[in-house]
Amino acid sequence: MPTTDTTTVTVRIPTPLRSATDGQSTVDVEADTVDAALRTLVDRYPDLADNLYDEDDELRQFVNIYVDDEDVRFGDGVDTALESGNEISIVPSIAGG
Amino acid sequence: MPTTTAAPDQKQASLSPDELQRYSRHLTLPEFGREGQEKLKNSSVLLVGAGGLGSPAATYLAAAGVGRIGLVDFDTVEASNLQRQILYGTSDVDRPKLDAASERLEDLNPHVEVERHEVRLTSENALDIIDEYDVVADGTDNFPTRYLVNDACVMTGTPNVYASIFRFEGQVSVFATEDGPCYRCLYEEPPPPGLVPSCAEGGVLGILPGFIGTLQATEVIKLLADIGEPLVGRLLMADALHMDFRTVNVPTNPDCPVCGDDPSVTELIDYEAFCGIPQDDEASTNGTANTDVSESDYAVPEVSVHDLKQRRDAGDAPFVLDVRESYEAEIASLGADQLIPVDELEDRLEELEASPDDEIVVHCRSGARSAKATEFLREKGYNASNLAGGVLAWSDEIDPDVPQY
Repeated sequence: MPTTDTTTVTVRIPTPLRSATDGQSTVDVEADTVDAALRTLVDRYPDLADNLYDEDDELRQFVNIYVDDEDVRFGDGVDTALESGNEISIVPSIAGG
Repeated sequence: MPTTTAAPDQKQASLSPDELQRYSRHLTLPEFGREGQEKLKNSSVLLVGAGGLGSPAATYLAAAGVGRIGLVDFDTVEASNLQRQILYGTSDVDRPKLDAASERLEDLNPHVEVERHEVRLTSENALDIIDEYDVVADGTDNFPTRYLVNDACVMTGTPNVYASIFRFEGQVSVFATEDGPCYRCLYEEPPPPGLVPSCAEGGVLGILPGFIGTLQATEVIKLLADIGEPLVGRLLMADALHMDFRTVNVPTNPDCPVCGDDPSVTELIDYEAFCGIPQDDEASTNGTANTDVSESDYAVPEVSVHDLKQRRDAGDAPFVLDVRESYEAEIASLGADQLIPVDELEDRLEELEASPDDEIVVHCRSGARSAKATEFLREKGYNASNLAGGVLAWSDEIDPDVPQY
């Protein structure tokens, strides 16, 4: 475990959501859990809220969240603990062909 | 790794002298060789969608010598396809895609049998069509077909090489193998219509399907020739802007409604309804009905392009609001009084230069986004109507000088 109080992780923003992050493809946030990381991200970029959360403030079903290579749904979900250097990927479903 | 090849009771055709010459670079390739080539010759693939992904995939699969290639598409070639759909040339515009595609593929490799399915893939025909093939390559452009193809592949035990694209990004994976996950393990539910823009609305870098479709075809070849490590249980994500390729793990979901331990979906369902699209929605582009929101999703008053033209000619023009993105207005304009993109309308409503008493006609490219905007404006008390068919209808029926895009 890190000895400092702050855990810094990088969130990767997919193309469809970059209009909400001023074009940023990655955003660094300080957070101990996936939930905290995403909430911090949405605080900073409020336009992301609709894309990530539904009317009940739950993560949308068609947006997958990975910590490094692993889908958090198959682990501790949004409560998944983070360590500095983790990379969170937001991967929405796309259907173009 | 389980893969599918031609059934053992089928006659195994061997390679003719012409084919031995044609495929010599495969035959000298260690780990592929004559055995791999004969497996390809005795195998089959169904490409769902002969568009951006299907073009390079079909081209390479034909060149490589896959014995039987089925194509599902009922579209005609449009000029806006040519920026990425390299199966087609300028002289093919307005021709049925499968006419042009089969000509090109048969010329490329006469040893390949091209089978045309000029139909919309539906819950009624999907199992029968897919069951005729060893592997499916899903290159459609809409969510209902993606879920239909997935479920039909799971139910028929047909591996599904999945690829999809959006703007600068692509995804590739292999679903519905015996032990691997399916598309619903990755995304159990589709997004509601309208939230994710289609390629027509959102744009796509033309070369993107070129390499994503080629990756897709690579996985098809690997499955058919039984070589290498297929992308089972992994999702490849490619970002052309940063030229970044990564894979994440896709576990098999034991609770998956289709391929899980206790599946709740055991026969094909109504995929339009599953994706939140009304029954009477218009058929569209490649393979089945599309997921663009259509006017029918919103019960709002409509104005035809002829009505608008007449009103303008008579000096009685309503206030016209364009809800497309500004770069779209640079491509084609109907001379709107104001432009506010649909996604910004709620936040920028105070900027609207019309008052609730004014008559407002809202337009976009096809009438889909403007229907959503019209409904929103009416909820806010504005006298808004939707311009049916949008820029496309204006170009078709009023002014052909307005470009279609």
